[in-house]
Amino acid sequence: MIPSIPQSRYAKGIYGAYVTLFFIYLAAPLVVVGVFAFNDSLFPSMPWEGATLAWFFGDKAPYVGIFHDSALLRSIGTSAFVAVWVTLLSVIVGTCNAFLFERAKFPGKNLLYMLAISPLVIPGVILGISILVFSNAIANGIEDSIGWDLDFLRPGLFLVIIGQFAFITTITTLVISARLRKFDITLEEAALNLGATRADAIRTITIPYLKPALIGAAIVSFLMSFENFNTTLMLVGSDAPLTIAMFDRLKQGSTPALNALSLLLMVVSGGLALISVFAQRDRSSK
Amino acid sequence: MKHTPGSVAGNGLKLGVVLMATPLLLWLVLLVILPHLDLLMVSLRERVSYGKYAFSFANYIEFFTEPLYWNTYVRTATMSILATALTLVIGFPISYYIAKVMRGRGKSVLFLMCLIPFWVSELVRTFGWMILLRESGVLSHFLQWAGLVDGPVEMLYNDVTIMVGLVYTSMLFMVVPLVSVLDSLDDSLIEAGYDLGGNAFTVTRDIVIPHAMPGIASGCIVVFMLTLGNYLTPNLLGGKSSLWFTEQIYTQFITRFNWESGSAFGFLLLVLSSLIVWLGLKLSRQTLSDTVG
Repeated sequence: MIPSIPQSRYAKGIYGAYVTLFFIYLAAPLVVVGVFAFNDSLFPSMPWEGATLAWFFGDKAPYVGIFHDSALLRSIGTSAFVAVWVTLLSVIVGTCNAFLFERAKFPGKNLLYMLAISPLVIPGVILGISILVFSNAIANGIEDSIGWDLDFLRPGLFLVIIGQFAFITTITTLVISARLRKFDITLEEAALNLGATRADAIRTITIPYLKPALIGAAIVSFLMSFENFNTTLMLVGSDAPLTIAMFDRLKQGSTPALNALSLLLMVVSGGLALISVFAQRDRSSK
Repeated sequence: MKHTPGSVAGNGLKLGVVLMATPLLLWLVLLVILPHLDLLMVSLRERVSYGKYAFSFANYIEFFTEPLYWNTYVRTATMSILATALTLVIGFPISYYIAKVMRGRGKSVLFLMCLIPFWVSELVRTFGWMILLRESGVLSHFLQWAGLVDGPVEMLYNDVTIMVGLVYTSMLFMVVPLVSVLDSLDDSLIEAGYDLGGNAFTVTRDIVIPHAMPGIASGCIVVFMLTLGNYLTPNLLGGKSSLWFTEQIYTQFITRFNWESGSAFGFLLLVLSSLIVWLGLKLSRQTLSDTVG
């Protein structure tokens, strides 16, 4: 079943048809979401009532488009706020971890490495509840002993950021480590021989080399944070990030404004996906 | 002196190592280790009176004696195993096609087409399935238009639909490791298999699948874990009849505010998930670092 082995046209045809069907299966839900963003009906369902842009720009009830839906717009802001913090924290800590695991030698390194990748095998819901239970215990302990009410340890954005950071850091660590492992250490040694301090060598040689991985890790963390649902669900307070707000709308049944929003999300995340893929490709050809 | 990466730093940089390890340790201890220990502690206590707790196995006993909880647990595990198997069976020929049949530009385009849907939020993908499958949905209208059915058909809220959604959501995590492992299989091995009198079936069984084993293992482990811990897809596509274990955890925590039994459920799910991951790694003789790295 490789091109150099002759196959009957019949077998080839069936195989090709299967692959085609598979890609229809992959594309169907996304295409449907996009198309119904333009349906001139109050519900994202059949029949087709003609095309409209009202679900993007409409401002008269019941045709409230996404650009006039203040609740959803606010939740986009909330998600972006969370995602920026998560990205910043997890890329910084991930870089530290990568240097530690790739460069340093210390006892217990393997155990720490195992622990560092363990968040990947913890279901998101459980990561969420464990952080919820623990932060609540700390908050209660502090309140009982010294009487301070630490509000940020109760469900809310701080906990959402912390919870997402807890597993996204594993991913940034892996991405940055993989690039650092390929770094030619003699370049840094040359800089040191030429009189650079260690900090200078890292800043002018190693970090620029790591840049594609840092950008890749940042894009991935931003998207993973923006789209996270399971961990966020358990830690969310009164400010709902976008996924939570969309989930509530979906449960209630929603207007095609939700399709319009989904279409915009698809365009943005698809674009980011392409950027990161092409960044990766340039890297390998260098 | 031999220059290894560690010795460039020199011994004088012990302090540096400690400084660098601080964020790592803070992260692991405060956000991973202690919360899970606390989860275990909370699951092992029982509320005696207001604000007073005693050590007890009551939450675990409740789990094993209440058929609803136990059945949901077993059902979630069984459905996850089935979803993993289906994802593998559907994804394998696709991965093989991308890795071995396609050449050059078409290959990377096809691979990209596999990846892109998964950059879109799971919520959006599930929403798409809802529009396709609901009573007033696209498929129902198509069937009526084609004259195959008389009235609207509701295709949401049953197990088959949950399965379709779960397989869809997991596909990427199966296809990527499979494509990369099949890419590394030398074509000449397949040709040799045919030269020695093999046919498509025997070559696949004796050459392709044994070679792809590491990819199959890592794909299955990741898919199983994600399916087991999924909340969105069973909840939205299965509705009230989905009976997924993560929903039980959510109900105990958020709706009933019974954190003790919710913690016990969470811990049981964690044990199941870790057990299967461990078993998968043992059977395929891999380590966790190989699988995720």
